[in-house]
Amino acid sequence: MEKELRLMKGNEAVAEAAIRAGADGYFGYPITPQSEILEYLMEANPSQTTGMVVLQAESEVAAINMVYGGAACGKKVMTSSSSPGISLKQEGISYIAGAELPCLIVNVVRGGPGLGTIQPAQSDYFQSVKGGGHGDYHMIVLAPASVQEMADFVDLSFELAFKYRNPVMMLSDGAIGQMMEKVYLSPQKERVKVFPEWATTGKPPTRARNIITSLDLDSDGMEQHNRDLQAKYQVIREKEVRLEEFQTSDAEYLLVAYGTSARVCQKAVQLLRAQGIKAGLLRPITLFPFPTKRISELASKVKGILSVEMSAGQMVEDVLLAVNGKVPVKHFGRLGGIVTTPEEVVDNLKSEIIKG
Amino acid sequence: MIEATGIKEIIKPENLVYRKTDIMTDNILSYCPGCGHGTAHRILAEIIDELGLQSETIGVSPVGCSVLLYNYLDVDIQEAAHGRAPAVATAIKRLLPDKFVFTYQGDGDLAAIGTAETIHACNRGENILIIFINNGIYGMTGGQMAPTTLEGMKSSTSPYGRDIKSMGNPLKMTDIVATLAGTYYVTRQSVHTPANVKKTKKAIRKAVQYQKLDKGTCFIEIVSNCPSGWKMTPTQSNKWMEETMFPFYPLGDLKVPEE
Amino acid sequence: MTEEIIIAGFGGQGVLSMGKIMAYSAVMQDMEVSWMPSYGPEMRGGTANVTVILSTDRISSPIVKHFDTAIILNQQSLDKFESSVKPGGVLIYDGNGITRHPERKDISIYRVDATEEAARMNSPKTFNMIVLGGFIKVKPIIKIENVLKGLKKSLPERYHNLIPMNEKALIRGEEIIKEVHKAK
Repeated sequence: MEKELRLMKGNEAVAEAAIRAGADGYFGYPITPQSEILEYLMEANPSQTTGMVVLQAESEVAAINMVYGGAACGKKVMTSSSSPGISLKQEGISYIAGAELPCLIVNVVRGGPGLGTIQPAQSDYFQSVKGGGHGDYHMIVLAPASVQEMADFVDLSFELAFKYRNPVMMLSDGAIGQMMEKVYLSPQKERVKVFPEWATTGKPPTRARNIITSLDLDSDGMEQHNRDLQAKYQVIREKEVRLEEFQTSDAEYLLVAYGTSARVCQKAVQLLRAQGIKAGLLRPITLFPFPTKRISELASKVKGILSVEMSAGQMVEDVLLAVNGKVPVKHFGRLGGIVTTPEEVVDNLKSEIIKG
Repeated sequence: MIEATGIKEIIKPENLVYRKTDIMTDNILSYCPGCGHGTAHRILAEIIDELGLQSETIGVSPVGCSVLLYNYLDVDIQEAAHGRAPAVATAIKRLLPDKFVFTYQGDGDLAAIGTAETIHACNRGENILIIFINNGIYGMTGGQMAPTTLEGMKSSTSPYGRDIKSMGNPLKMTDIVATLAGTYYVTRQSVHTPANVKKTKKAIRKAVQYQKLDKGTCFIEIVSNCPSGWKMTPTQSNKWMEETMFPFYPLGDLKVPEE
Repeated sequence: MTEEIIIAGFGGQGVLSMGKIMAYSAVMQDMEVSWMPSYGPEMRGGTANVTVILSTDRISSPIVKHFDTAIILNQQSLDKFESSVKPGGVLIYDGNGITRHPERKDISIYRVDATEEAARMNSPKTFNMIVLGGFIKVKPIIKIENVLKGLKKSLPERYHNLIPMNEKALIRGEEIIKEVHKAK
């Protein structure tokens, strides 16, 4: 079937894509700049079409625990929020990771710390890729850089979530959530009617009871569970790295950026090339797993790397680890809800890397 | 798990006077002697058995003494984060509306950290059964003060007795949820005598029926004891419960359907 | 071809929806578009602005510092964005309520008194369509027929009876826009 062309906000694209992906449930709580996701779903009222459940919870905490409940039934469920709300969900995310449940969590990031601002930022990188909640765990983290990817990554997230029984986060930001672009929507998928064998759906006589828990009071058992989790994360590191490169083949200087910053940097590369500076861009699409290997390869070919992120410098730590001292690496980014401009990236690369 | 010597010779049909339901597993309960949890588990299991609900039951266990509920009931169970069982159960029931969904929660879980989830699930009228074990203390963590701890009652965090002025009042959660439009059947029971066991069992049976009829939230408080936390013998604890707990948490129906 | 546009004015003037209509129209012409609004408390009564990029190529940054065209609908926005127009670029403004007129000599300046015209036409809601008509006259990137096609596609059926009125406003905008200054 042909894809349908629409002009949509990133937030609306997530909502529509969720319906079309055959999601079973969405549980959310309003917070700017992502409330359009819940609003869109309520208006679309998919309970009448696909049968998808949409519920406005009493808090982000309740919403993520609803996701836990739904996911443990083997259903395709999701929630969305923005930074302060995602902080509230961390306990639930840790439980979901511990109990190995598949789900999608969308973070439309705004500037912090605290109540911060409602404007776009990328200062939740550490929280998303390093853990956020308690315990040794990882989410798979996808970073959409367009409204099209806001739609496409919903389906991809569910696919990865079920493949690895692991929570997946789409880490976007207020700019991508609020911006409108063309988007080609996939045709409606059927909701899956077959449950995974581990799901709690009521114990028939033919199988043992299914228990969904993250608890094991026996430390040897808990250590083994942790080792199994780490083995799973290692497979994810080996198999699921996704990235995009822009004019890297002859690049002497490399920009590394994801999401909105990657869009800004793409323009910066164009501006730099117009000035005769051979710049290129590597855009991590997966932040966990991080494209460590490819960055390391490119580090052997370029003279310097600028990591651009709307934060005080979070992803740059992973870039530094990948580069391992081969060439100078610096961070640049505006803070507190200000989107970096291409001109600022150009100036910074020149002052900090080329002359620096 | 523990095989007593010679027990095989005793287990013969002609010696059978009472049989535990198969819905209770053979795992040895982790509860202290005299604790009400075991009885509450058993009557819930018996109802699941008697009504043939095993294949349609999904339970949600809390954080607290009954965190290991899933070791004792032979049904599909999810272990929820502390206080969040009603939110977890909400999603289960919404996504699998034909199943029988219950939560089993203690007073700290339901009436302190999970107050918001409890009130909102009840207020939405989620079609689930909430079983609330109220023994006025945090048992698992070693006997700290609970939201339901009575005035003057000693615990490890109210060693001189609960002082209302500085520690607040004991919370009558069941009375609160009875005022909410979403609840259909709200009752307070106990399991410390055979007569009370019978009443509680009847209440749970009703709740199952109401859930089948999509009536809204059913909420059953079971006032119970905690001999270890209260530092009493089982017999003393039951007597103390009758004399001290029941006057503040009187047994009986708080909200019954008009039929 | 890439055209980077800022539209700025008061909340409630239809700034965001003008940008949306522009974007829809360009989609009708198979172009790439991005529409990036200011959002939040600003939307509620204060100033509102939206960056619209229309392009024949994939759009890189949806956020830019300098614009090919600025469409300015109040004094605060003029003060804020006059300096953001690229040299040789275009500034279009509505003279209503303006006390300090644009001063730059290195850009082309056009005036479209849409507030006044909408009042004269007795349909204040078509204000932003008059402005859009003016923009199309100066920068014929999108065609009026595609604006109407876009409206038909984006508006719920019950509002389709308003389309002729909007067409009139677009044409009126083309007629009344005046060149104030031509870039050197």
